[in-house]
Amino acid sequence: MNAVANIQAEPLLRVQGLSKWYGHVLGCRDVSFEMRPGEVLGVVGESGSGKTTLLKCLSGRLVPSSGQVEFETRRHGLTDIYALSEPDRRRMQREDWGFVHQNPRDGLRMRVSGGANVAEPLMNMGQRHYGEMRRSTVEWLERVELDTSRIDDKPRNFSGGMQQRIQVARNLIHGPKLVFMDEPTGGLDVSVQARLLDLLRELVRDLGLAVIIVTHDMAVARLMADRLLVMRRGEVVETGLTDQVLDDPQHAYTQLLVSSVLQI
Amino acid sequence: MAYVSVKGGEKAIENAHLWLAEARRGDPSVAEVGVDQIREQLSLAVDRVMAEGSCYDPGLAALAVKQARGDLPEAIFLVRAYRTTLPRFGGSEPVDTEKMHVRRRISAAFKDIPGGQVLGPTFDYTHRLLDFTLAAEGLPPPAPAPASETPSSWPMPTIGSVFAHEDLLEADARSEAETPFDLTREPMSFPAGRDQRLQALARGDEGFLLSLAYSSQRGWGSTHPLCGEIRLGDVAVEFVPEELGFPIEIGEVTLTECQMLSGFAGSAERAPQFTRGYGLAFGHSERKAMSMAIVDRALRHREVGEQADAPVQDEEFVLYHSDNVEASGFVQHLKLPHYVDFQADLQLIRRLRREHFERLNPVQEAAE
Amino acid sequence: MTEASPPANLAERYYNYAYLDEQTKRMIRRAILKALAIPGYQAPFGSREMPVPYGWGTGGIQLTAAIIGPDDVYKCIDQGADDTTNAVSIRKFFAKVADVATTEDTSDATIIQTRHRIPEQSLKAGQVLVFQVPQPEPLRGLEARETETRAMHAYEEYGLQYVSLYENISAYGRIAATAGYPVMIEERYLMSPSPIPKFDNPKMDDNEAILLFGAGREKRIYALPPHTRVRSLDFEDYPFEVQSWEENCALCGAEDSYLDEVVLDDAGNKMFVCSDSHFCGERRKAGHSGPMAGHQLDQTVEGNTP
Repeated sequence: MNAVANIQAEPLLRVQGLSKWYGHVLGCRDVSFEMRPGEVLGVVGESGSGKTTLLKCLSGRLVPSSGQVEFETRRHGLTDIYALSEPDRRRMQREDWGFVHQNPRDGLRMRVSGGANVAEPLMNMGQRHYGEMRRSTVEWLERVELDTSRIDDKPRNFSGGMQQRIQVARNLIHGPKLVFMDEPTGGLDVSVQARLLDLLRELVRDLGLAVIIVTHDMAVARLMADRLLVMRRGEVVETGLTDQVLDDPQHAYTQLLVSSVLQI
Repeated sequence: MAYVSVKGGEKAIENAHLWLAEARRGDPSVAEVGVDQIREQLSLAVDRVMAEGSCYDPGLAALAVKQARGDLPEAIFLVRAYRTTLPRFGGSEPVDTEKMHVRRRISAAFKDIPGGQVLGPTFDYTHRLLDFTLAAEGLPPPAPAPASETPSSWPMPTIGSVFAHEDLLEADARSEAETPFDLTREPMSFPAGRDQRLQALARGDEGFLLSLAYSSQRGWGSTHPLCGEIRLGDVAVEFVPEELGFPIEIGEVTLTECQMLSGFAGSAERAPQFTRGYGLAFGHSERKAMSMAIVDRALRHREVGEQADAPVQDEEFVLYHSDNVEASGFVQHLKLPHYVDFQADLQLIRRLRREHFERLNPVQEAAE
Repeated sequence: MTEASPPANLAERYYNYAYLDEQTKRMIRRAILKALAIPGYQAPFGSREMPVPYGWGTGGIQLTAAIIGPDDVYKCIDQGADDTTNAVSIRKFFAKVADVATTEDTSDATIIQTRHRIPEQSLKAGQVLVFQVPQPEPLRGLEARETETRAMHAYEEYGLQYVSLYENISAYGRIAATAGYPVMIEERYLMSPSPIPKFDNPKMDDNEAILLFGAGREKRIYALPPHTRVRSLDFEDYPFEVQSWEENCALCGAEDSYLDEVVLDDAGNKMFVCSDSHFCGERRKAGHSGPMAGHQLDQTVEGNTP
């Protein structure tokens, strides 16, 4: 696995003592971990466990109350992302990251075609050749197994699963180093979910991507993640390699999560 | 039909103005309406023009109504364009509506309220039947309404002071800024402070605010408003001249004030309480003041942590589109010539049509 | 009112020179200086209510009022022509309130106020071209919220604009914008050139004159100092191009000017004439003529000197 291959590499992301409070209400508390290039990290827990808050803080969308999120940036090396100026942070988010939302409506421009949605990150990176962008878009639609003749259709004319594939292509086309995924298969039928998961796993492996995937679904975690963070009431209660955590859970809460998935 | 030249704009404009003057006067055998008649007998039209024209001068507003042939947005525009040229000596002290000489004061919150319910001159509870006796002219003026047996109290406690001892109603926060935001001097900016918002609403189109308030009541961003109080009457305006250093009274204005109450369930930091929406307008403008109060409250969703997804809660949407002088001008500017852009569009559409038919019929094209 | 009292509506008796009070003019001049210092940036200003409706040139009028003086020579055009109704109305306004000489001659004017066109004749150093702008925000058609579009300019995030051009090519095989074609200023700010035809876009680049843009209703001023780099957006394989006609001007025969289509009858006959009426008249005076020289329109244009 990639994680093993890159174990000696410099960290891509380093999180230290990250906490987020909403007034008196706890979002997440004292989260620390490191991630290396090519590693897939799963964040699991039931709803309300703080995993969405954590994802927002990690991805630069929510300023933490304390702690640091350092990322290996193209321009400044390993830097606290909240210490960057806002233009710099936004540029880094555009160039180095991807973000796949649970609901494709949150991640796509619904009023422009699927093709333009996929091509936009290239334009954001300064590409100005229509023909070349069109070619890359077609290539990516093929990679996510979409009918390329529908390149100019609007997202609303695609099914939920296909919209999610457009979103995936849009978030990978510009060659990001790190992709955040928030319950990427959450809103889909079981059969559609399985096919999308297969595709995601293949793409992540082929591209050697680092991914942070948030899910409440232990089956998704098992399939996608190299390593897991188990969250409960805003705190990380257990971490470890996926197989280790799932096959031999140490914390009572993890045992409960794992057993509930086994019952299904 | 042959082409008729559109040149010679100058002469056309002059003639149009002459025709307009003639149309304004109407049939010359009918007596001309006087500005004082408008001021006294179309007083609610005058009040609306003062309110949305942001200029308190009944005589000027009546003149504008006459000049605009009764078109109130046009009259408002005339008053605004005049007002903007006036020199500014300074800002008055905030008016104290508790010290209003009340002509009308009602509360829907309490059956009896300190100061009492005063119905005043209102259309409420009239039957909307055309009164054909009004069509006959020269009737003697109506007999004066009987005076109240008990003179209304002064000062007349506001809903705020009625609640003051219990903290059930949020207190009025005084703005931290020394001088309030002035939309007539500064462009809109976001997020808008409440001063900017209230000024925009006070100048805003009555019809637009009415529809927004109505939409909120019907469930599009509802705040479950209750009419805490409406009052109408005259208040003194005070001004502090620099050379004196203390306030002197410079005149009186008629105002309509409305306080809408909405419940608030409380949050981690704040105890449950009633919150307010505020409406204030020049003259007797009840519909306007009530609508303004509902919209004001709906726009305060951030302060109380309400979900905001209705048009009435969208600050940019409401504030950018409430001014009828801006709206009317921009909608009607479509009357100006657009030949140049239309020519550009025409060229493009012709080209796209040609390509469309070429695609449909490539063989025939090739044969030609 | 006695017979001797002045007519109540005479503007000069009741208003300051050039209509606006001096404090307002200073405020507008400060906004102009700010706009000139950051070419393409939309500077907010405290736009005043004017005696003409919003959308009818209130921004341009305020700019002109802030910079005009008695020695100026003022020209005002709408759709390229000096005698369109609104241009006539605005020119009369300044003749009355600012006591300036007016002209139709592009080279004689020190201030040219315009709606929808840039004159065909090149402008010179010392001239100021004042544009009337209905919507200063080039991104407004793509994003309705001002709070969003301001952030896009601040962070130089113009992907959305390119997305719209990309969609044009996918749908029509070309960039379909014809007027108000977006431009990039000094490779920093995306700017709307106001609804001029894209034909006029290249005239903005490296212009010797000062170009001022005023949006009264939206309360924004932006500006291009002389010799600013102005680039019309495009793709490498779909380069920017301007309109061209198969016809020449029917009156003066010009091959390279922007043409208006004039419908001659209801049988489909039409003629094309220069949109810039002064340019066309000058060419005819110099002896140029087109296929329909002597047409009724020809006389009206020439006979129309105030």
